[in-house]
Amino acid sequence: MNLIGLGVVVLSAILLLALSIIKRKSPIKLRVIPALSKLYRAFGLSVEDGTRLFIALGNTSLLTPSAGAPLAGLGMLRHLTERTSLSDNPPIAASGESALTLLAQDTLEAGYKAAGAAEFYQPTTGRLTGLTPFSSAVGTMPILFDENVSASILIGHFGVESALIADAADRENEFLLGSSDDLSAQAALYASAPEVLIGEELFATGAYLGATASHEASLTVQDILRWAIILILLAGAALKFLGVI
Amino acid sequence: MRYVALVLAILTGLVVLVGYFVPALAPLRDMLLTWSIILAGTATLVGVFNLILVHGTKVTKREKGSIYSALLLLCLFAAFIFGLALGPDDPNIRLLVDAVIVPVEATLMALLAVTLLYASIRLLRRRANVMSVVFILTAVLMLFASATLPFGEVGPLNDFLRPWFQHVLALGGARGILIGVALGTLTTGLRVLFGADRPYGGK
Repeated sequence: MNLIGLGVVVLSAILLLALSIIKRKSPIKLRVIPALSKLYRAFGLSVEDGTRLFIALGNTSLLTPSAGAPLAGLGMLRHLTERTSLSDNPPIAASGESALTLLAQDTLEAGYKAAGAAEFYQPTTGRLTGLTPFSSAVGTMPILFDENVSASILIGHFGVESALIADAADRENEFLLGSSDDLSAQAALYASAPEVLIGEELFATGAYLGATASHEASLTVQDILRWAIILILLAGAALKFLGVI
Repeated sequence: MRYVALVLAILTGLVVLVGYFVPALAPLRDMLLTWSIILAGTATLVGVFNLILVHGTKVTKREKGSIYSALLLLCLFAAFIFGLALGPDDPNIRLLVDAVIVPVEATLMALLAVTLLYASIRLLRRRANVMSVVFILTAVLMLFASATLPFGEVGPLNDFLRPWFQHVLALGGARGILIGVALGTLTTGLRVLFGADRPYGGK
């Protein structure tokens, strides 16, 4: 039995529950992430202009270890839909994986219902754009060119093909926020996207856009665990240096 | 009904999670994962119908780029019919993959190299800061160290600088980012498990 793994999961779960309860009544404090501040502004501008928001969720299966990134993307999609569903051009969500597309459609519908605009929901706003990374990227590009999009968000598991989408958005002078849990995609997006989220910032989007106590608690748990890992690494290095291990 | 879905999702998630740590639950975990794989296969079929619906609507409404949608639908149906009639192992069907899909994806990969080069050039205009300069300098340095140069290898670059960059700076940074991503994945997963986030249409 992998006791260390189980211990980390149980500890994280306890911390998450405890902090969610503790932080329920305290004001939420978050450091500023400039990319997310600009995204907030892009939301407002797109609603005012009557243009469309586009969110791409990547192409990973939810049965893989990379499933965390698209789940964070679905959280953002939900928030985005609730705020922009009454716009002239409703948001579009696309992915390169079928089950993720179904979840995106479900999330869009839930967002419309929450905004009291269930009758405006169109199933074709949740789209499958391709079943391989490159076909998905190429299937995404016409949406940026033809569907009056003013702001795009890439949030999920992408590879280097994300640079093609970023380039398409750039050619249309659209705002683009790029994020991925994949290292090569982060490097490609750093070079090609106007705004980029690096590393764990991807998982903080929910807290920044629709901050609740549980969102803030999950960020605090990440910080606690990160410090614990740093201390363990330093202790390990010191013990190795001293010849103890 | 919404609560039944919530309870089922949480219970299933818990069984699969605990199944990784408690061997006694492994058979139940495997069974649930097998069901998920079957459902994911069915979802692929639904996804293809979504693709047909989206592009069919484009064609019928004669929207911008509808000619490409028509071409996509034509190729989709042709590949489906021939695939069904001849089987996936037929040499003609394999030729369809080898002569169309593989070269197209390879072309996109080559296009990506140009796109990235162009993006790197524009990076300094878009984000003029120290990190951008470091990014570009590192990329150029690594290209010089890795590429086959007409005047032979640059000794110190290839023997010392490249391994040091790759195994110390890059690996250290990559591990740091991956630890952050892993922690983010863990807390996101737990939030879904507790029902705080419900990507299955819930609240």
